Amino acid sequence: MSPPVPSKLLTDDVSLIMVLIDTNPYFWSSIESNFTFAKFLSHVLAFLNSILLLNQLNQVVVIATGFNSCSYVFDSSISVSPRAESLLPKLEEFVENDESLSQDNGSVDGVGSSLLSGALSMALCYIQRVFRSGPLHPQPRILCLHGSPDGPGQYVAIMNSIFSAQRSMVPIDSCVIGSQHSAFLQQASYITGGVYLKPQQMEGLLQYLLTVFATDLHSRNFLQLPKPVGVDFRASCFCHKSTIDMGFICSVCLSIFCRRQKKCSTCGSVFGQTQTQQDPSSSDLKRKTPSSS
Amino acid sequence: MADKVVKRAMYKSSAKGSGIPGVLTLTRERFIFMPNDPSSSTRFNVEFSTIKGFRSSKESAKQALLNLTEDQGRNHFFEFENFPDRDACKEIVAIAIANSGEAGKAVPEKPAAPLQNEQLSTAEMEWRIKLLQENSDLQKLHKDFVIQGILSEAEFWATRKKLLEQNGTRRPKQRVALKNDMLSTKPLSDGQSNRVTFNFTSEIIHQIFAEKPAVRQAYLKFVPNKMTEKEFWTKYSRAEYLHSTRNVVAAAAEAAEDEELAVFLKQDDMLANEARRKIRRVDPTLDMEADEGDDYIHIQDHGLSRGDSKDVLEPQYEPYRRSFSQNLNQHGAVVLQGRIIDVELGDTRTVAEALTRKKQAELAKELSDVSLEKERLERTSRMAEIEDLQAPRDPPVAPLSIKDPRDYFDSQQANALKALGDTGSGGKLLKCSVSTHDAYGSIKEFISEIKASGIHEPLMNSEVALKVLNGLTQNISSTKYNLGRNPNESVLDRLPNITKEELLLHWTSIQELLKHFWSSYPITTKYLSTKVARLKDAMSKIYPKLQEMKQSVQSDLRHQVSLLVQPMLQALDAAFAHYDADVRRRSDRSGERINGY
Repeated sequence: MSPPVPSKLLTDDVSLIMVLIDTNPYFWSSIESNFTFAKFLSHVLAFLNSILLLNQLNQVVVIATGFNSCSYVFDSSISVSPRAESLLPKLEEFVENDESLSQDNGSVDGVGSSLLSGALSMALCYIQRVFRSGPLHPQPRILCLHGSPDGPGQYVAIMNSIFSAQRSMVPIDSCVIGSQHSAFLQQASYITGGVYLKPQQMEGLLQYLLTVFATDLHSRNFLQLPKPVGVDFRASCFCHKSTIDMGFICSVCLSIFCRRQKKCSTCGSVFGQTQTQQDPSSSDLKRKTPSSS
Repeated sequence: MADKVVKRAMYKSSAKGSGIPGVLTLTRERFIFMPNDPSSSTRFNVEFSTIKGFRSSKESAKQALLNLTEDQGRNHFFEFENFPDRDACKEIVAIAIANSGEAGKAVPEKPAAPLQNEQLSTAEMEWRIKLLQENSDLQKLHKDFVIQGILSEAEFWATRKKLLEQNGTRRPKQRVALKNDMLSTKPLSDGQSNRVTFNFTSEIIHQIFAEKPAVRQAYLKFVPNKMTEKEFWTKYSRAEYLHSTRNVVAAAAEAAEDEELAVFLKQDDMLANEARRKIRRVDPTLDMEADEGDDYIHIQDHGLSRGDSKDVLEPQYEPYRRSFSQNLNQHGAVVLQGRIIDVELGDTRTVAEALTRKKQAELAKELSDVSLEKERLERTSRMAEIEDLQAPRDPPVAPLSIKDPRDYFDSQQANALKALGDTGSGGKLLKCSVSTHDAYGSIKEFISEIKASGIHEPLMNSEVALKVLNGLTQNISSTKYNLGRNPNESVLDRLPNITKEELLLHWTSIQELLKHFWSSYPITTKYLSTKVARLKDAMSKIYPKLQEMKQSVQSDLRHQVSLLVQPMLQALDAAFAHYDADVRRRSDRSGERINGY
């Protein structure tokens, strides 16, 4: 836990940054450009050090998001060395542990996804602990440095984390390293009021990080950060997997269909007959429009 | 109004063609046609209950025709000598059809049929006028639509069938329930002689039969074989009189002499049976002891004294005792049951037979009702069970069968990526051919590399850094920076004057068009539909103009312009969607109509 600090020093520009680093080995091996994990790490370490230098009360916690597990690898408040490089041995240890957890049957199909939901939950737990440490605490925020594609299986867990963060007013910033956008992180940043950024030039990652993500929450109010792109909240129907903005919803399990069904294909509920077949623009259709910036 | 109308008329099987002269007799129940030529086989005797509807020709028509349509679709045409004759017949037909219970059938069943020559009965017309007079809203609607010609009279009333049905003349008569009087056969004694008079009406007899099945049975048995009706009732009255004297001993003595009289004096076996049957149906878990605290319960006759019943009676007189509460209960049950038979009360025998039949039917039904017995048993076992000894009862729920949501999220993911415009490299899955060991190996290698050598100096190229910084701030410098400076300045002011004016012009014209467009719905007339088509054409011309305008502005302003144009497009889209849906619906409906004829 953080060492006792004179509480009057904890002003509103003191930050607690939870940084989630994607250490999915398959993702990093799949990157074709010369932006290696080593380069990435050096940029991130420089960024973390700058944050620690911005305010001496700033606190940085790094969580490694692996393929099979996730773990705290650095906490500036308990670290012996104030420099972020001290996370490297722990990171190594973590990677080894993560490897031992993976099954021996050779390679995985595709890149796979890292355990973003787990890492988010750990970050939120840490933040909750800080919240309970006293009335004055550093302003927390979460920064996801993520590259692996989204894992659909984690959808519910991630959404729960997002809503939990929204409730505790913790913004989730996301910086997408990979070549494809992350719908999860887009939603996470949109919902929690964080910044979503997908750098165009990975060589300038540090510049992106320093420009966009280094400032504390209070100063953000005065800055023009990249605008959130429009997030498409529209759902796809369960029957044809096509994105729809109006549809029919099972009253039992909330499954979505693009046309009237006699029976819910998800939970098996049998729907009653409506009185009259009205024109589709009326009553029981719910419209959900994609929000736009 | 006359109950019977006899008129000269020609019968025709179709509206045109020659007819058979004859005499048409109309009563409230039926119409009879007798041809003048007795040898002709064309004669009718038809009940009005089989008549579905009727029509008649207009006053201005050449012939005074009346057309009666039977249920099976058969038509009877009658041509009258003059219109007054026809109208007299029409009136009685209208009433007859209305009375035959087929309410509303005077209006032909197809409301869309040409209704100009529909003729309503006077009563119906009066009722409609009355409704209009009573309800000013309705009157206004009627004025707005019917008199303006938007709706026809029939269409207007077709939606208000309920109001018409309330017409009092068509309601079935309320049935009179049984009187809630007990013992309406109070003996009348003149006080001087020893004569005692009982008055029986058919209503009283009905009540006696309903309340005392033994009397009913005795009546069916004795009358008229053994005694006349008068003798029977005299005997009954005698028995009643004996009861009213409360002299049990005397009653027993009389009964011993006259076995017919004994029937009336003894306790009613049938009633007793029925009571036993009812007791069996009582919930076995009913706790009678719980009510014992109520005082009147253990007093004889529940505290209502009727005679000296507290006297100790010898057992042989026991059957001749009658308790007041028994009578009271029996009476209450009968009154609550209401009038169960539907016969005229005049004939005593019919009443008795009908009641007996009814009772027997009820009894048979009850006996055959096995499920009732079963339910009773189940209830008993359920109430009497000892909870500790029962197996836990599972609530009757259907198990949930939920599909694995994973495949849904997979597709959602793909869609989301598609929506983000991530084509090319992002669209396909990243290939990863390395084995687990190699992948982890390389990661570890990278980490140890940094650990060994530390952070490379310089971390990044200054050119790259500048490029990134410019990229990040470009947006800010172009729009946001300018916007923030003057709070009064709107987005429009930053646009070139031409674009600004064009935008404003489009907005006003779109609004004008949309106002007219939406006010034309629902399309009720030909005029409106042509108007809507005209508006639609005008609106569709705006789309390309907007597109053109968007392309003409500079790239940095294009986003702003498209933001301004978007609500216009949305409004237009909504109008078009509604138009299309309406056209589709219309075509569907007209298709139906074609098939319907």
